[in-house]
Amino acid sequence: MWFPRLASERVLRVRPVEGPFALTLKEQNAERIYCLNARAEALGLSRGMSFADARAFCPDLLSREADSMGDARFLGVLRRWATRYCPWVGIEGEDGLVLDVSGAAHLWGGEGEMLADMRARAARAGLSLRLGLGDTRGAAWALARHGEGIAPPGEMRAALAALPVAGLRLSPTEVTGLARLGLRTIGEVMNTARAPLARRFGAGVLLRLDQALGEVPEAVSPEADPPHYGVRLSFPEPIGLEADVMAGAARLLEALCAKLQENEAGARVLCLELRRVDQGSQQVELRLAAPMREAARILPLFERGVGEVEAGFGIDQMRLVARVVEPLPIRQIGHATQTGADRLNDLISRIGTRVGLENIQRFLPADSHIPERSFIVSPAAYSVPGGSWVALRPRPLRLFPPEPIAGHGPRPPARFRWRRMALSTARATGPERIAPEWWLEDDAWRGGMRDYWKVETREGRRLWLYHTPQAPGWFVQGEFA
Amino acid sequence: MPTPFDTVFPLRCARVHEVCGPSATAFAVVAAAGGTQPVIWIREAWRGEGLNPVALAEFFDPARLLVVQSRDVVDALAVAEEALRDGCVPMVVLEAGRALDLREGRRLQLAAKTGKSTGLCLIAEGAGSNAAETRWHAAPLHDSEREDSTLMRWEIIKNKTGTFGAWDVRWESQTHRLDVVSAARLGAGSTGAPG
Repeated sequence: MWFPRLASERVLRVRPVEGPFALTLKEQNAERIYCLNARAEALGLSRGMSFADARAFCPDLLSREADSMGDARFLGVLRRWATRYCPWVGIEGEDGLVLDVSGAAHLWGGEGEMLADMRARAARAGLSLRLGLGDTRGAAWALARHGEGIAPPGEMRAALAALPVAGLRLSPTEVTGLARLGLRTIGEVMNTARAPLARRFGAGVLLRLDQALGEVPEAVSPEADPPHYGVRLSFPEPIGLEADVMAGAARLLEALCAKLQENEAGARVLCLELRRVDQGSQQVELRLAAPMREAARILPLFERGVGEVEAGFGIDQMRLVARVVEPLPIRQIGHATQTGADRLNDLISRIGTRVGLENIQRFLPADSHIPERSFIVSPAAYSVPGGSWVALRPRPLRLFPPEPIAGHGPRPPARFRWRRMALSTARATGPERIAPEWWLEDDAWRGGMRDYWKVETREGRRLWLYHTPQAPGWFVQGEFA
Repeated sequence: MPTPFDTVFPLRCARVHEVCGPSATAFAVVAAAGGTQPVIWIREAWRGEGLNPVALAEFFDPARLLVVQSRDVVDALAVAEEALRDGCVPMVVLEAGRALDLREGRRLQLAAKTGKSTGLCLIAEGAGSNAAETRWHAAPLHDSEREDSTLMRWEIIKNKTGTFGAWDVRWESQTHRLDVVSAARLGAGSTGAPG
């Protein structure tokens, strides 16, 4: 199965366009055409053409940027769809699927009917599709791309002979090389002496030829479906007691954790969905501080959420899904295991169910002279501690938003009032000039540069004052230990 | 006979203590210094005054610190109780926005006993709970001899299992230890009797 215009048709399915349409891809500093619709191709545009040229040819060309990740996802969806024809489906390149239909075609009433069904469904979905069916993977590829059709068993050589050599899955240089020798069709390559070809092009060309003719085996490797981390439980009678719900959750968790264990994964976000008799459904979301798969450890964390659920007339269905799953390799249990870290992660998860996991934070160092920006606050569950803390000059233990005080001149005032306290300066150390980071927009630093002073007062308080020479004023921004 | 400092500091384990006064933060930070295990610091999210980790590095590695921002006092207390009861964090600091009543103080005390971890509440002056093991008042002092000094007066104003006392202390950032400069005279009004 080859989808010649997969990328553009994927975009056009969402937003149909009448006129010519192209997807562009930035390659080596030039916008190039990545994929076109039929209208644009009819106007003489081609893939790989520079986008500026294409617009010159065709001023009403509509375009969008290509999204190769989205295309790959879409192809994955198509792959799942194609398992309706046979169980053995693999992905072929960026825009093709390869199906091993041996023993499956008769279910559709023969190969021809099967292909007709594929065509009809693809056309309904708005995808152009080219099909090739052959005894080997190589033959099917050649037929799909260069002359559609079915090669009947045993007549593959005849079916392939007329196709161009590009159908052998060769690189463009090899195709031109063969063309220079006068070999334009697969049939001509078949009839040439093998030794000179191997000497000239290496083993690659002959390998492709043998694969197409079935002399060298080539397997179709089907993609495995990603595991689904969801389990459900239905009750014959609705339940309403918290203990019953927890018992149900325990059963679900055991099944889910066994599945996670099998795939060496750990759940990060779990969602327990409780369906009530009256069709209402409630969700309990649990976000964990670290990937986990021990049912006994996760279950107590659900207690708080389950306690808040309104059971109404009773709950008759429960569903537990691991929304976010992270790899968690199996660990050797030994005396050196980090039980402390595990316990701390459990505690963070438990606190997180009450105040939210993002409200448990840790400090990370940042590279900035601005006191407020010399550290980053990040959620503890999603960051690791690290970096080194460097203070070239003493810094206050408490930082607060600047509080203005009365003062004149560039030296700290001898007496001032701050927070309704009369303070007198005993020793002032400074100034330390800090200039704003002009490349960042910051309203707090509109006053220009600041001259910071550490002021030790006779009353004991040690304050961090600053003076803004460009917009005269004195402020208190912190207090030392 | 004056109370020896080392009988009251480091703070007694598996108990909840209180500290008030302008240097309460410094007291908490010194109390949490030492050791390598994490420290949980619970504060209410709306408060503007934040800790500065750059300065914190003089006392202990900021990587040890976990700050929990709670919505209100009730959440803060619940988190503190949870953390104390779990016991995997030896030091839990709670910035209490209002005075704790006896019930709340007692619950924290029981949680600390279960988890064998130390709790410390930063309280407003005069807002203590009767359940606290000790209550301290910490205030900075002007040090006329040294620059960049952290001279403070720590005064114990409630002690369930001992007598009162007051000390002038200073944190040595080079050696990472607390120096007791002198045992100070007790402040006016304190009687020295156990509370």
